[in-house]
Amino acid sequence: MLLASHYNYWIVIALMMIGLYIVIAQGNLVKKIIGLNIFQTSVFIFYISVGKVDGGSAPILHEGDTLYSNPLPHVLILTAIVVGIATTALALALTIRIKHAYGSIEERDIQAAEAQQERTSSQPQPAVEKEP
Amino acid sequence: MLSHLPILQVILPLMAAPSCLLIRKTTLVWLFTLAVSVAALVVSILLLQQVYATGPITYELGGWKAPWGIEYRIDLLNAWVLFIVSALSSVVLLAANTSVQKELEPNRQTVFYTLYLLCFAGLLGIVATGDAFNVFVFLEISSLSTYALIALGKDRRALWAAFQYLIMGTIGATFILIGIGFLYMMTGTLNMADLAARIPPLAESSTVLAAFAFIFVGICLKLALFPLHLWLPNAYSCAPSIVTAFLAATATKVALYLLLRFTFTVFGVDFSLSHLPLDILLIGLGLVGVFAASIVAIYQANIKRMLAFSSVAQIGYMVVGIGIGTATALQATLMHLFNHALMKGGLFLALAGLVYQTGGCRIEHFRDLGRTMPWTMAAIVVGGVSLIGMPLTVGFVSKWYLIAAAIEQRLWWVAVLVVLGSLLAVAYIWKLVEAAYFQAPQNKAGAAEKHEAPLGILLPTWLLIAANIYFGIDTRLPVEVTAAASQFLLGGAAQ
Repeated sequence: MLLASHYNYWIVIALMMIGLYIVIAQGNLVKKIIGLNIFQTSVFIFYISVGKVDGGSAPILHEGDTLYSNPLPHVLILTAIVVGIATTALALALTIRIKHAYGSIEERDIQAAEAQQERTSSQPQPAVEKEP
Repeated sequence: MLSHLPILQVILPLMAAPSCLLIRKTTLVWLFTLAVSVAALVVSILLLQQVYATGPITYELGGWKAPWGIEYRIDLLNAWVLFIVSALSSVVLLAANTSVQKELEPNRQTVFYTLYLLCFAGLLGIVATGDAFNVFVFLEISSLSTYALIALGKDRRALWAAFQYLIMGTIGATFILIGIGFLYMMTGTLNMADLAARIPPLAESSTVLAAFAFIFVGICLKLALFPLHLWLPNAYSCAPSIVTAFLAATATKVALYLLLRFTFTVFGVDFSLSHLPLDILLIGLGLVGVFAASIVAIYQANIKRMLAFSSVAQIGYMVVGIGIGTATALQATLMHLFNHALMKGGLFLALAGLVYQTGGCRIEHFRDLGRTMPWTMAAIVVGGVSLIGMPLTVGFVSKWYLIAAAIEQRLWWVAVLVVLGSLLAVAYIWKLVEAAYFQAPQNKAGAAEKHEAPLGILLPTWLLIAANIYFGIDTRLPVEVTAAASQFLLGGAAQ
């Protein structure tokens, strides 16, 4: 019974693990960002589930309704969604600049380039690629 | 006016940040940023005085009463951290104009100050607020601006370092968010004082335990506690010099404050240190961190990276103090918070001067530095000596208290290991001294020209280095404040 009645929490756990796994296992930076997004989304669903009251209606004053869902977690998670979007935007912007500077968005290639830079010269490579 | 101090502390830099974009001239923006930071410093000093004289201050945002609205609660602990953050930010900013004009392209300089103020506002917000969810919001404000600040670094490795930090930092912040969600589920409140009152009866609940685990791991990621420190050396060594100095002096201190706030105030000493074996965990991780990071530091050729690893080691000492958990040990941690900010702020500013003149800060740039940049090198030596913990410097005072606390609790092995860890610091500081004073100059043409760092960087550096010595001799201010703050932390939890 616990399985069926709390199915949203099981979804949260599954999404959380999927997201974390993608962040750790994938070498492609965009895929990492997607993993991070799934991970954050699972937390959003978790908060929204917490706010739900069985049989409660939307928290708007309305005649005939006495039981309301808790609106606070929803408001909190609106903030967290905004934060999540900002994080994603920043991560994508960084990925574009990494692509310009390293010519790749695969973790393996970037690490190889770094190792080579460390071996061959101590000269820093510019972060901004000059357009040809 | 005075009753609005807690909110002024945060709102000033927050409002000033976007205003920076309106001022186009870089020197004007710098003066403006400096003025805002100094204003924040004045506010924090007023707050510290007021709290020291009359006890905690509470401020209700928008007039909403405490458990419903967001409450800012300033007690001695966060007044002390607010003071450290805004003082160090102001001194670092003094040096910013010279260094930033050299290291960043002109079109990025205004953006730099905007991000700096945002990060500053975020850090102050984390410390000032008394609301658990508000902590998360400010944490993300400061983190997001930090990622962008690091990515301003000239080398392309800065981008990769910023990306790695972004991934780690976001996972950490989301962990904290999950933990706060669990707490809200169990207690129905987000106010820290309210949480502290409602958690003890629920201490056996596995949800509260899970909440604690998530929050603890999340904060430790931000704190760069060994073994979660991997993002820190890259981020510090690739960021612009001023950013490194600012972050090293403030960001980890704020994360440590969060750890103290959650373990001692929200969950309470009984829960964290008696119910859970957190004391052994923190002492163990702290000491392993001290040794692992110090040994790695010895082998670094990039000196910014070396000092970054040394920061990880110093965080280890502070965490050991939390682990021991007595009043003296907490006092040692709180003092080391201040002292480490002074040393690392001074050292990284000195490196900023070195980068300004030589374009890099690898060990080969240190050759013959004793003659070419005598004042900068002298600052590095004094800062290093303080890092090691020699008497007459601040480093000695906090280590003395830490060792005293360990001996009080009959943890002899901890005391011995703390001393041995300090010896490792001698090894990596000596490397710099040897290169600077005993090695022949790089060019064989003879004696190199004297090219001291510009006064704009040298003066703030020496301000911090002088503070290292001053507070090493006249310890009244930090000792009195931290003694009262640690008493308050332990007493507040016992109520």
